[in-house]
Amino acid sequence: MTATATPTRSGPVPSDRHVVPTGATWLARDTWTEATRHLTATRRNPELLVFATIQPIMFVVLFVYVFGGAIQIPGFASYEQFVVPGIFAQTIVFGSAFTGIGIAEDMSKGFIDRLRSLPMYPSAVLLGRTFSDLLRNIFTFFIMLIVGLFVGFRLEGGLVDAALATLLLLAFAYAFSWIQALIGLSVKSVETANSAGFMWMFPLTFISSAFVDPSTMPGWLQPVAEHNPFTIVTNATRALYNGYDPGMDVVWSLVWAAGITVVFAALSFRKFTSNSK
Amino acid sequence: MPAVIADGLVKSFGDTEALRGVSFEIERASVLCVLGPNGAGKTTAVRILTTLLRPDAGRAVVDGIDVVADPRGARARIGLTGQYAAVDERLTGFENLQLVGRLFHMRTAQARSRARELLERFSLTDAGDRAVKGYSGGMRRRLDIAMSLIADPSVLFLDEPTTGLDPRSRLQMWDVIDGLVADGTTLLLTTQYLDEAERLADDIVVIDNGSVIARGTATQLKSASGGDRVEVTVSDRDDVDRVPVVLAGSLQAGVEPVLDHAARQATLPMSSTDHVVPRVVRSLDEAGIDVVDVVVRRPTLDDVFLQLTGHRAENDTDADDDDSTSAAVPEGAAR
Repeated sequence: MTATATPTRSGPVPSDRHVVPTGATWLARDTWTEATRHLTATRRNPELLVFATIQPIMFVVLFVYVFGGAIQIPGFASYEQFVVPGIFAQTIVFGSAFTGIGIAEDMSKGFIDRLRSLPMYPSAVLLGRTFSDLLRNIFTFFIMLIVGLFVGFRLEGGLVDAALATLLLLAFAYAFSWIQALIGLSVKSVETANSAGFMWMFPLTFISSAFVDPSTMPGWLQPVAEHNPFTIVTNATRALYNGYDPGMDVVWSLVWAAGITVVFAALSFRKFTSNSK
Repeated sequence: MPAVIADGLVKSFGDTEALRGVSFEIERASVLCVLGPNGAGKTTAVRILTTLLRPDAGRAVVDGIDVVADPRGARARIGLTGQYAAVDERLTGFENLQLVGRLFHMRTAQARSRARELLERFSLTDAGDRAVKGYSGGMRRRLDIAMSLIADPSVLFLDEPTTGLDPRSRLQMWDVIDGLVADGTTLLLTTQYLDEAERLADDIVVIDNGSVIARGTATQLKSASGGDRVEVTVSDRDDVDRVPVVLAGSLQAGVEPVLDHAARQATLPMSSTDHVVPRVVRSLDEAGIDVVDVVVRRPTLDDVFLQLTGHRAENDTDADDDDSTSAAVPEGAAR
């Protein structure tokens, strides 16, 4: 008895095995299939899970208890109301580095070539990867939120504002996944993807309003911190979590997130296809 | 119509011309072996035929589909197993197979039953639900080939399927490929090893520096390269020079014997290999030469290359280390 390779029924299956189905549904299905590959792997891979849970817990706890006594920010009842949104933003933006590392790993092991030789939508390779990273980031976010609530952080702005702030953070992290995707596609090894992926995120996240008020920084550094898109998204989400008026920061954060996504997704897709030149 | 047509394929990377007009065809249900040293252009040709690279010029047709005009159409008809086992080692063997099945747009139930079937066929049933991370090199290659077969491809491309395998896994891989051939799979196989090509292929195309330098069956190529050789080891180093003189009557014309005094060895091209060992031993005995060993060996890729191009195959470091072809027995190639 042999299981036949030829589909026998109509429905969501092409009638001929050589006919390549097209359309948005199939793109979504290919993307989801690719995403489940990474989600299954993440579940199995304790190191990744540890990074996704322990590391954010440590960050919240360390910052709140180590710096909490020393730092007071005018306008905030406590340091945790100020810093926890910053840690949210930093952690999930850092989490985007795994997009690049994962892509570099798939490339170095020849798995990307395997996928490129399949009749799937080629774009689903990158869409599936970034989508699975978005889901992982959501998981990480909720772990951090629970720990944040434990150490005294409160959603002063109400649930709607908090939900909006969270969506903003996730949109930003998704945008950064595409920067990392381009890095992962451009480098030659997993090690390079690792260092190239993390290196620039330290200055990006620290020269910002995430942990301290930029007005305490040296004069020459202040404009850098103030115009840093990471500052803008941190300010927007911090205001929303604390029930302050975020002003135009929400709009500008969305513009940044959309802009980064469009530009770097386009560059990544181009890089992905140009490997065949 | 042939299953695969490569017609004048040209491909350059910067200043390097990887392919300079390579043409060949593969008939349905036959096995073509592309033979050549590292850097000859074998992988480039495979990557063009499997839509991973676009040719600068020329035409590549797989199962009637032009791979440049309709890459996704071509991909639905091919299976590719590259030089490195392209498996996701974080997943189980079953999950890897199911993944590829779904990306071939099978229904989930169908992908699952096909995955189980292939695990059984490649003796991976017991390991099927374990993470691939713990698989041996041979198991990974078998899984890799199983993944390439999931949608029953019209043509299967195997790029150096045995490179880097230990001799035992290599033999297992040959059995797997024999099975595919018996099932009537159309196969393109690249290799650096003549014995592998001889064992598996119906037709052989030899490429060097991006050009086809010979084509034919294994027998045709070997006779072109001077046929079988006999390797005689004697106990007295001074006798080495006498060996070709004593055996002059049985030698093939036009191919120089190779004499290695340090190893006390003479490698001689024979005009006929019938009863060759008794004849050689008897003649040398009568001449009073003490013979330690006589080995008949078939020409290697090195010999074919030497004959066809005038230069060595330079296919690996081992070959570079050997100043004489005498040490390159076919088994030695199975690293």
